[in-house]
Amino acid sequence: MRAFWLLLPMGVIALLFVAVPLIYVIALSFLHRGEMMGVTGPATIENYLRMFDARYARVMLDSISMAAYTTVLSLLIGYPFAYYMARATPRWRNLLMLLVIVPFWTNALVRVYGWRILLLANGPINTFLLRIGLIDRPLKLLFTYGAMLLGMVYSLLPFMILPVYSSVEKMDWQCEAAARDLGAGPWRAFWTVTLPLTLPGVLAGCLLVFVPSIGLFFIADLLGGSQVIVIGNLIRDQLLKARDWPFGAALSVALLVVTCLVLVGYRRAGGKDLEVF
Amino acid sequence: MSDILLSLRGVSKNFGEGDVLRGIDLDVRRGEFLTLLGPSGCGKTTTLRIIAGLTGPDTGNVILEERDVTALPPEKRNVNTVFQNYALFPHMNVANNIAYGLRVRRAPKQTIRTKIEEMLALVQLEGFAKRMPAQLSGGQRQRVAIARALVCNPALLLLDEPLGALDLQLRRQMQLELKRLQEKLGITFVYITHDQEEALNMSDRIAVMNDGGFEQIGAPDVIYEQPATRFVAQFIGQANLMEARVTQIHENSLTLLHGDQTVLASAPSDGALKAGDSCLLCVRTERLHYAEMPHAPFTLTGMVMENRYTGGALITRIRLPSGEEWTAGGHGRADEAPAVGSTVHLWWDPAQAAVVGGGRGGA
Amino acid sequence: MRKRRVAFPPIYLAIVLVLMYLPILMVVLYSFNDSRTSATWAGFTTQWYEKLFRNQSMGQALLNSMQLAGWSVAASAIIGTLGAVGMSKARFRGKGAVETATTLPIMIPEIILGIAYLAIFTAIGLPLGMPALVIAHTTFCVPYVYIIVKGRLVGADPALEEAARDLGASSLRVFFTVTLPLILPAVLSGMLLSLAMSLDDLVISFFVSGPTSTTLPLKIYSGLKTGVTPEINALCTLMLGTVFLLVAFSQLMSAKRVKSEFKGGTP
Repeated sequence: MRAFWLLLPMGVIALLFVAVPLIYVIALSFLHRGEMMGVTGPATIENYLRMFDARYARVMLDSISMAAYTTVLSLLIGYPFAYYMARATPRWRNLLMLLVIVPFWTNALVRVYGWRILLLANGPINTFLLRIGLIDRPLKLLFTYGAMLLGMVYSLLPFMILPVYSSVEKMDWQCEAAARDLGAGPWRAFWTVTLPLTLPGVLAGCLLVFVPSIGLFFIADLLGGSQVIVIGNLIRDQLLKARDWPFGAALSVALLVVTCLVLVGYRRAGGKDLEVF
Repeated sequence: MSDILLSLRGVSKNFGEGDVLRGIDLDVRRGEFLTLLGPSGCGKTTTLRIIAGLTGPDTGNVILEERDVTALPPEKRNVNTVFQNYALFPHMNVANNIAYGLRVRRAPKQTIRTKIEEMLALVQLEGFAKRMPAQLSGGQRQRVAIARALVCNPALLLLDEPLGALDLQLRRQMQLELKRLQEKLGITFVYITHDQEEALNMSDRIAVMNDGGFEQIGAPDVIYEQPATRFVAQFIGQANLMEARVTQIHENSLTLLHGDQTVLASAPSDGALKAGDSCLLCVRTERLHYAEMPHAPFTLTGMVMENRYTGGALITRIRLPSGEEWTAGGHGRADEAPAVGSTVHLWWDPAQAAVVGGGRGGA
Repeated sequence: MRKRRVAFPPIYLAIVLVLMYLPILMVVLYSFNDSRTSATWAGFTTQWYEKLFRNQSMGQALLNSMQLAGWSVAASAIIGTLGAVGMSKARFRGKGAVETATTLPIMIPEIILGIAYLAIFTAIGLPLGMPALVIAHTTFCVPYVYIIVKGRLVGADPALEEAARDLGASSLRVFFTVTLPLILPAVLSGMLLSLAMSLDDLVISFFVSGPTSTTLPLKIYSGLKTGVTPEINALCTLMLGTVFLLVAFSQLMSAKRVKSEFKGGTP
């Protein structure tokens, strides 16, 4: 009985401010667009069919592929970083941890904005390249697909490094030593022992990078310009510009479904409850 | 004032995977040191938790000082516990750990201060008041846990394998200290262990538990010398067991036949055995003798299989004609070992060999 | 050959760290750049800081953000902690569903909750603004506190609470003298994380904040969208400085704690 009262406030929040709004969005997605901002019945699946329109399907695929590239790049850059960090001496480890945490705590906008300065046509990178004579005309760096990908990886990299680090740090190095002792080379020992043992961290990192990266719209705005429209921009524009709530809701539900598939996949792959650092 | 401090009546418990306790009855006498002894999973910890009030029984009653306390929560019972891993509050220093029970009872500051000093002196930890639990050794934590549990003068102290985490030497020393402490304070102890040596050393009475019930409750020497069941005989000490048939009953002893070989044993006091009954005979390893010459009227022989010298004792494995293997562990020297493969005659003092369960149990 | 392999890790770590800090450095550097339009260096100035401090709407946004974070962090600390403690004791069907619903806000892309709030608050007529923001931020801060505290409770020895009850303490007293002190570090780190998340949030606030309660990230975002204003550089630099100080302070504190724990030594 006591547990019930303790759980009550959280249960109310979960019901009123998570479950109900999400169900409301799902309901909205099956309605017609009405006058002004309103919506009307009867129920329809038209909003979902519209997603298969080449224009919108393109956006969905672009968003998912962008999220996938972001995840893979974060893993490729973040894993070695986390690995070496965990194997450093305790003194260095603490310092490195501090250096990773500071960006993590820093407002993402601020950090993305830094890249914007760097990538400007008359920004430091172009200036430098012109000065050393490698190029004779400023490169278009900002508002490209690459800039957007860079911004995504950059923003989300700490979410890959921290879980991988914590699982590498927890690893029993005697297992790796045993593999070496039994004749495995360093690479083989890594692939057959270290990587499987640190897989929980890798999975958690991928989840923490992939899921937010499908929905982020401000990085696309600030670094991608109009080059790439991701589903986040599309949803926002449907709501605030086109005022087509049902279609915006349907897009959100689609995004929710993709996320749930990823979460289920994460569980299937043996992912654990997430630990927040 | 009744002699019985605590009674369990028909207590049973089931956690959903079979019975953990099967309707047990137990009386704990005022001032005694009672040990619940048994292998892990026998239900001894559950029994203790039910006495403390940390777990409620499914059926049955807990009666403490002639009051039914079955429904009382732990904080309302005049019973304290020394937990298995001590459960010292890691965020409080030694003094605050000890004072916890007193503060809860709103004891005056001055009383608390003197009590802390008193308890620290009692467990020989003067000067450790300001230490945090993390800064103490295992033995010191143990003492703090005992002091914390004793500070409120409980009618009954429950100890859940309190020495389990200590190394052998420290454990032996703490056994003596605990026993001395218990005698000095006169508080009733119910002590849980799976270590028979500990139980035999410290207890006034031992309750041997197995599979959710009691096998035998009695003084250590009775448990050792006159095991009530095969389980008790095998669980406590090193026992050689043999099936035998009673042929003759004398005033103090029995003549039995094991196959066609004659042996003697002490007669059970209740006279429950008749000639022709079969029974299970228990001969302790250290009480089994062997010689080159027969020791009449014993006719039992065996072949020496192996000798092991363990420092202080010579352990000899002997195979009986029936194929069973027995162990003899005398105070012999290594150079007195019988030749492996030789035949020896076995015998023992009839007074030191008991029929398990006085003839009713076991066999 | 061997030597090169030993040298690789530090070089790799250094490259990643440089890339990590280069943009941050740019922001700091350009906040002192004496040029409104150009990205090229035009000399040192502190005029943007002066302009920033005179900017009323910026100050209001900062206040809004702090007020929002204060309410949401306090509410989520209480709700999340009670929830985690309750969950560790509760045995009922549907426990998993409550937990899933609670933690969902940090598992799904923020934009989904953002539009869900916008839709439902509009539908029920709750005006967008501070109350709506506090509800939204509390909802996504609760999971952080909940998960961290729960993690701590899982590792806790249940015998500690039992020992307290055994010594005569009531449930309430057990909670305040044993349970809470033990989980306090977890509650604090949950609060710290919630604070960071609340102050950092752009997406959900974007949909839920009304015209009168613009938060700092929203202000920065609109500033960046409409054009480069060096005041934003100055503001970002100040925010960076605050984070540096806070992180350094917390590191110092934990270093001190570790030291004092070992001061007594083990006899």
